[in-house]
Amino acid sequence: MSLILVLEQILNGLQFGVMLFLMAAGLTLVFGVMGLINLAHGALYMVGAFAAAIVASWTGSFVLALAASLMAAATAGALMEILVIRKLYDRDHLDQVLATFALILVFSEGTRWVFGSFPLFLDVPPYLSGPVTLPGGIEYPLYRLAIIAIGLVIALGLFWLISRTRIGVQIRAGEADREMIAALGVDISRLYTLVFALGAALAGLAGALVGAIQSVQVGMGEPVLILAFVVIVIGGIGSIKGALVGALLVGLTDRLGSIFLPQIFALVMEPSSATTAGASVASMLIYILMALILLLRPSGLYGRSA
Amino acid sequence: MKSISTLALATAVSSLALTAAADTKIGMITTLSGGGAGLGVDVRDGFMLALEQAGRDDVEVVIEDDQRKPESAVQIADRMIQSEKVDIMTGIIWSNLAMAVVPAATAQGVFYLSPNAGPSALAGARCHPNYFNVAWQNDNLHEAAGAYANDAALKNSYILAPNYPAGKDALTGYKRMYSGELAGETYTKLGQTDYAAEIAQIRASGADSVYFFLPGGMGISFLKQYADSGVDLPVVGPAFSFDQGILQAVGGAALGIKNTSQWNKDLDNTANTAFVAAFQQKYERLPSLYASQGYDTANLILSALDKADVSDADAFRDALREADFASVRGDFAFGQNQHPVQNIYVREVIQEGDVFTNKIIATGLENHADAYAADCKM
Repeated sequence: MSLILVLEQILNGLQFGVMLFLMAAGLTLVFGVMGLINLAHGALYMVGAFAAAIVASWTGSFVLALAASLMAAATAGALMEILVIRKLYDRDHLDQVLATFALILVFSEGTRWVFGSFPLFLDVPPYLSGPVTLPGGIEYPLYRLAIIAIGLVIALGLFWLISRTRIGVQIRAGEADREMIAALGVDISRLYTLVFALGAALAGLAGALVGAIQSVQVGMGEPVLILAFVVIVIGGIGSIKGALVGALLVGLTDRLGSIFLPQIFALVMEPSSATTAGASVASMLIYILMALILLLRPSGLYGRSA
Repeated sequence: MKSISTLALATAVSSLALTAAADTKIGMITTLSGGGAGLGVDVRDGFMLALEQAGRDDVEVVIEDDQRKPESAVQIADRMIQSEKVDIMTGIIWSNLAMAVVPAATAQGVFYLSPNAGPSALAGARCHPNYFNVAWQNDNLHEAAGAYANDAALKNSYILAPNYPAGKDALTGYKRMYSGELAGETYTKLGQTDYAAEIAQIRASGADSVYFFLPGGMGISFLKQYADSGVDLPVVGPAFSFDQGILQAVGGAALGIKNTSQWNKDLDNTANTAFVAAFQQKYERLPSLYASQGYDTANLILSALDKADVSDADAFRDALREADFASVRGDFAFGQNQHPVQNIYVREVIQEGDVFTNKIIATGLENHADAYAADCKM
């Protein structure tokens, strides 16, 4: 086990973490501001990836593909909010879960109907492909570094938006007291649509960024959605800062656990069962992390106590 | 989600209709949605193409989607056996689903013909007279890959597969034939999409080659990330990571990679040439090995139905064992545990115009049977 491997895994963990942050940010805003559990957030991730794959195949431009993913997911999100979600704010969480689960099915089967069951092609652009050598002799894919950079820039942008702008003030006020800001003359339904579209756009961007190194296919959003929920529970529901810290924690735990646990198990077990047992425990690791954090801080790291 | 296809309409009324035997009902449970849908769609399309070509009016197929979930596969199987009263079942792609469905189905007297999954548990001590595997025992393609690695003088492989029954069979199969050292062995999560951690370990391991079994979308993700990582060790895999359905999504990253398969579109026999042409004409895409397996499964059933009625279980079973049909693989025979004894070929990923596909470059293993047959007492 070399230091280089450890550093490379830390970078992988960061990259995975910022990806999760893009997903979790929208989810936590929507839950914090509107009190809505949106299971269909993963569908928006898929919409972003498909839009990017199609625009990339038409135009050959990765930048345009990313722009398309933002636009398509924001539009889909706004439409989803206006047509369906808006009727759910006053209902209890079970109704919201049922309705947004139905939306998952509608989006998945709709996408399959249009694009078929076979994965689409979306590749890393030539100027971001291949590895770069970092100080210390670490070879690392340039594209993953770019994802880390994009994710961190967006995180900074979100903090600025929430803490320094008028929209941010309204969002924070909406989290604190919905009736009061409506009474103060803020157009609450416009604010909700805006927040929802913003969250959707981030999910779509995440889908497009990840789609270039994974496969763009129907159902790609659901596994990520589960992890995004873990992230917001760890970080504290409604907190952007919590989402960032939670996402990085989950990313690092998952990546470091998946290589070090089998090796730790190998110290006490025979190699073949150590790889299997290590892999199994590694896949549970983030849920164990979540349970531990909830035990110590029931409302998450940065959540307001209920 | 349920589609019933009756072939009665396809054939013109003929004298046969007057003497038609009792209908045979086939239940197909396969993966038609979610990440593994491409595989199930290919098996279904190959299967239905064979039935359509036969133009029979006495075979009815009920198709349902298992969404790659063992619990839904079990529910559908119960319903098909108990209320739909199917005679024959087929279609399951994934070994963990097959393990959940097949033993219960065969115990209830239904015939199960696997067009894909071939878990080791069902090939050995738990083999069953009503269970036939038309594709391969899970280990087979990996065994051929291990043998190829020896021929290619690879001495220090890093091997990885998902943590589920077929993944374990895969690495067991590779290690059975491969005589070099192992630089590392990793089980990934089933459905995992990011392989950065594994690729970093491969880089650090000092391996001279990589062997991986990652079917469907998992393979697409791995290959794209591997190509982008700058690790340029030679890669070997089974056909599942290089099938026709995923090659277009992988693109140039797969070119030149050697992989092992019991079938390829350039296998030179009449049945295969006709199958590839008919499949392309009907579905406007090239068939994958999954499609060929679905096609062979349907033709095997039809050949047995020509000889015996499915209600006469012993006669029908004997007819299946004879495997008297024109397989797209050329010669096809069952071993004593009702799994195929067949050639396994080494293929290379090539580009034909805009299309990425495979061509056969050598025969890896000839008339290869699986390692578990001896444990099967039937």
